[in-house]
Amino acid sequence: MSAAPAKLSAPVALLAELTHRCPLGCPYCSNPLALDPRGDELATSDWTRVFSEAAKLGVLHAHLSGGEPAARQDLTEIVAHCAKVGLYTNLITSGIGLTQDRVKELADAGLDHAQLSIQDSEEVSADKIAGYQGAFARKQLVAQWIAEAGLPLTVNAVIHRANVTRAGKMVELAVKLGARRVEVAHAQYYGWGLLNRAALMPSRSEAEAAIAEVEALQKSLAGVIVIDHVIPDYHARYPKACMGGWGKRGLNITPKGKALPCHAAETIPGLEFWNVRDHSIEDIWTNSAAFNAFRGEDWMREPCRSCPRKTVDYGGCRCQALALTGDAREADPVCYLSPHHGKIAAITAQSEDAAAPIVYSYRRSKLREPAE
Amino acid sequence: MDVNVSNTVSRPRLLRGVRLKYDETRGEWLLLAPERVIKADAIAVEILKRCDGVATFDAIVDDLAQQFSADRARVGADVRALLEDLAAKRMVDL
Repeated sequence: MSAAPAKLSAPVALLAELTHRCPLGCPYCSNPLALDPRGDELATSDWTRVFSEAAKLGVLHAHLSGGEPAARQDLTEIVAHCAKVGLYTNLITSGIGLTQDRVKELADAGLDHAQLSIQDSEEVSADKIAGYQGAFARKQLVAQWIAEAGLPLTVNAVIHRANVTRAGKMVELAVKLGARRVEVAHAQYYGWGLLNRAALMPSRSEAEAAIAEVEALQKSLAGVIVIDHVIPDYHARYPKACMGGWGKRGLNITPKGKALPCHAAETIPGLEFWNVRDHSIEDIWTNSAAFNAFRGEDWMREPCRSCPRKTVDYGGCRCQALALTGDAREADPVCYLSPHHGKIAAITAQSEDAAAPIVYSYRRSKLREPAE
Repeated sequence: MDVNVSNTVSRPRLLRGVRLKYDETRGEWLLLAPERVIKADAIAVEILKRCDGVATFDAIVDDLAQQFSADRARVGADVRALLEDLAAKRMVDL
């Protein structure tokens, strides 16, 4: 076994999935199919210790996510603690469950920034995607409260088959909502997103039209809104540098305290994930086998091992390699050099049937019975 | 939103949600913004510390040129380039 690289740099970000509870049912959710129940969630004191340790280790950004983080009654307390230890604190929210008072309270507690999801630029479609009647209207209000509290806003827009023709309209909506930044991200297929892949994946021509539309807006709206654009990797030639490299930039902590190198890492068999109840963040980052599993290059096989791009994309996404080839050590099959690349073509071919009905398995907070 | 400096009108300031921070772990100054970490070199730090929303662009350039006994035109060009870049990134208001 190879050891971790001699000089391990400090993590930049910690994403805290404070809870898996969420009023919305978005079919592209990257949360795992087996959601952590409320009774297993970390206590306030666990989270405050985690953030203290993270700040000490060099983490700069704290992302408070979920599920819906506002479902935690102690959210303000957690935000105040993050601010106290000097973390740049970002709330990633659906907006549902927030009130104007709560938004003000969070701003006063030292929240630096809020990220609000929108599902579509059209109300009926947006509520259908979210699986929640009235979500669209409520989000307009929440954006207003965020602005009134003086907080900078990013709008998150996930693009998929049901809204792909309105990618540009969603950017325009973000501008209207007063966002300083918008993340336009084509759906990625993990967790519930993988389960719903057939209903989410747009055709290649639809995806390309949306990409061109958003790229044009990046130019015409420069100085008005920053557009961060995550393009769909299934149609790409090379894979994404997933997570900026395994164990290089950040950690995800699940509601019950498991520390993961990425949100889908639990799908990889054989990895042992340490829990923040038992180990410090520094110990996990430095010594846990899961974080060291795909650091560096020793784990790579061909075609990655001899590829000049191995320091650019690190062989792509380990979880996607696993999901599509059965082995996390393979090259991400998105790469045209992968011997498994044909599997991507087979999947994308299915997305060309525009007449196929869109049927979602909504992400639900309640655990499904295993027997179902 | 203006992305071009006006010498006498612009009173640049970091937008809320953008923080200049000395990072003890890495031993360097960083500009923190939503999903962004930008290393700030010594010159950028001196410029950004003066962007308080009160001082005009001209006043900032005067101050820097004087303090570092530097050519005013060159300082002005540096300050303009940095601030216009950060304005386009929605990190600074001009």
